[in-house]
Amino acid sequence: MRNEIPLEENLNSGHLACPGCGGSLSMRLALKALGKKTYLVLTACCWSIIDGPFPYSAVKLPLMHTAFETAGSASSGVRAALDILGKKDITVMAWAGDGGTFDIGIQALSGAAERNEDFIYSCYDNEAYMNTGIQRSSGTPWGAWTTTTPESKGEQKKKMMEIMAAHRIPYAATLSPAYPEDFIRKYKKAKSIKGTKFMHILSPCPPGWKTSSEQSMKLSRMAVESGVFPLYEVENGTKYTLNYPSADFKIKPINEYVSMQGRFRHLNKEQIKFMQENVTSEWQRLLRKLKYA
Amino acid sequence: MKEVTTGNHAVSYGAMLSRAQVIAAYPITPQTQIVELLSNFCATGKLKAKFIKVESEHSVMAASIGASLAGARAFTATSGQGLALMHEMIHWAANGRLPIVMADVNRSMAPGWSIWTDQNDTLSQRDTGWIQLYCESSQEVTDSIIQGFKIAENVYLPVMVILDAFVLSHTSEVIDLPDIKLVDKYLPPFKPKDKLDLKNPRAFGGLVTPDFNFELKYKMQEAMNKTIPVAKWADREFKRVIGRSYGIIEAYKCEKADTILVTSGTITSTSRYVINQLHAQGKKNVGILKIRMFRPFPAKEVVSVLGKAKKVAVIDRNIGYGVGGIFCQEVKAAFGNEKKHPEFFNFITGIGGRDVTPKDIQGIIDYTETHKKPKEEIVWVGLRK
Repeated sequence: MRNEIPLEENLNSGHLACPGCGGSLSMRLALKALGKKTYLVLTACCWSIIDGPFPYSAVKLPLMHTAFETAGSASSGVRAALDILGKKDITVMAWAGDGGTFDIGIQALSGAAERNEDFIYSCYDNEAYMNTGIQRSSGTPWGAWTTTTPESKGEQKKKMMEIMAAHRIPYAATLSPAYPEDFIRKYKKAKSIKGTKFMHILSPCPPGWKTSSEQSMKLSRMAVESGVFPLYEVENGTKYTLNYPSADFKIKPINEYVSMQGRFRHLNKEQIKFMQENVTSEWQRLLRKLKYA
Repeated sequence: MKEVTTGNHAVSYGAMLSRAQVIAAYPITPQTQIVELLSNFCATGKLKAKFIKVESEHSVMAASIGASLAGARAFTATSGQGLALMHEMIHWAANGRLPIVMADVNRSMAPGWSIWTDQNDTLSQRDTGWIQLYCESSQEVTDSIIQGFKIAENVYLPVMVILDAFVLSHTSEVIDLPDIKLVDKYLPPFKPKDKLDLKNPRAFGGLVTPDFNFELKYKMQEAMNKTIPVAKWADREFKRVIGRSYGIIEAYKCEKADTILVTSGTITSTSRYVINQLHAQGKKNVGILKIRMFRPFPAKEVVSVLGKAKKVAVIDRNIGYGVGGIFCQEVKAAFGNEKKHPEFFNFITGIGGRDVTPKDIQGIIDYTETHKKPKEEIVWVGLRK
């Protein structure tokens, strides 16, 4: 089998991510796929720290840090400048966490998507405000412990992919660093499409999920195989393509995925059963969309 | 070329003549006409710019910041609530040292809802590191936008060009639009010394530890110190190339004045009218100091004009709650280390779009002349009792 993962490295070693950070591996893969002609727009998130303090930077590309809620708008400005200056071959990639995407940044993201601005929006979703110390976001799953949901989160995770698909943007995809070939392929595809591209990456966070560092990739894979975070693509808001697991795959029970994580430790059997029912019904909903969309 | 235009369209012409390259804007009364005319310029090719119709003023400034950092000349306009919504990014633009120019149509802050003028929206932004220019006429608006880019791109601080809602924004007058060839001569294309660049990849705006941040703020202040000579130079150059000049302040008929009115914005024109009449009647002891540049505050220049007067009447179309008029506070502070200073009178008027008439100005002069000292810290003019 041919290795499709480029050898090019645009992320330096020596960055400030925690061991086992899904976000740092995801950035590494994304930059491999996009190559050197890329501008990065980074909003407040773990990556504001991971990149390193002034005068250091962990990426080998031009990078603009911007305010929390401005990934969509600041990238629109960068894109506009590049277009008017005739530098149309440079890719603009916005990079934000789940808080910066699902919550505070959703207005600017929605605005940019409605205008179909030509850039790639990457959301690395570690399912809480991890940079500030594990507070719930609307990307936090039902039942998870965080410092602001000390009992457990009582609300379901916001369906971000559906929100983005409803904008009828040309391309939206879910990605996992445990599936690097799929990851690279999707970024390359996103780069080849004009308009707004939304990349939703489930990104394990050892301190926030209360897991050990070496479990991150295993957890990433289990999230996909259990149907918690299936990998799929949506083109123009209507055309759904499922990547992993395949439609005939019998999704694995979530028990192991849940029991490995300290943030779900307090859940009893019935609560886990409730989670399982939700995951199963969402999986079935996705399969129906594949069929009818 | 002579053109009958409103203050708002004077803004649009200024941006067009400056060859703005990226305009991100959101419509807000009373700024809307600025955006409409610029949309038209972009649609008809009169201005080769990317116009991003963003979904909020916060995004306006974020997009302008992105565009400026990527190397384009960025322009926008807002007003009142919109400016307040931008506030976070207003800081970001200045601390990022990005030479963005923005017009603000002064609008009173809600509640109660108001679309009419006073200066509290822009004065709330005075400590953000933006240069502020307050305009008296549509001609000055167009010229200040062009000068604004010249100043901004030489000191790497953003510039706010400010005009009163309706009194100026929607009032038509004849202005002289400078020939674009002359403007090109005055304002060369934007070539930032630092920007996002593939050949020299760097990170901008990241985490700065206490080891460096203090010095960055010091450099902001240094840039502000540089702004006054740069603005004077930009104004002189404007005179040389285009034929008009404004100064950073303007002393009007102050030679023999022992009472000087301190004004800003359109109240200056009303005051000029009154002073001209008084001078025609042979009463030459009253003059005007118009403050055009409010940030950086031209303290030395203000003191050199006002220091010769016995009484100074500062007319504020704003209020710093708990203190008084904001221009008055700044004028007083300028005299902080001076041995001698005139008697200061602080008049507050015209808030929320209340008309300021020649009669009001005459009343201010009369009050100042008939009182040795002000009876109250703040004298409210035209207040309904």
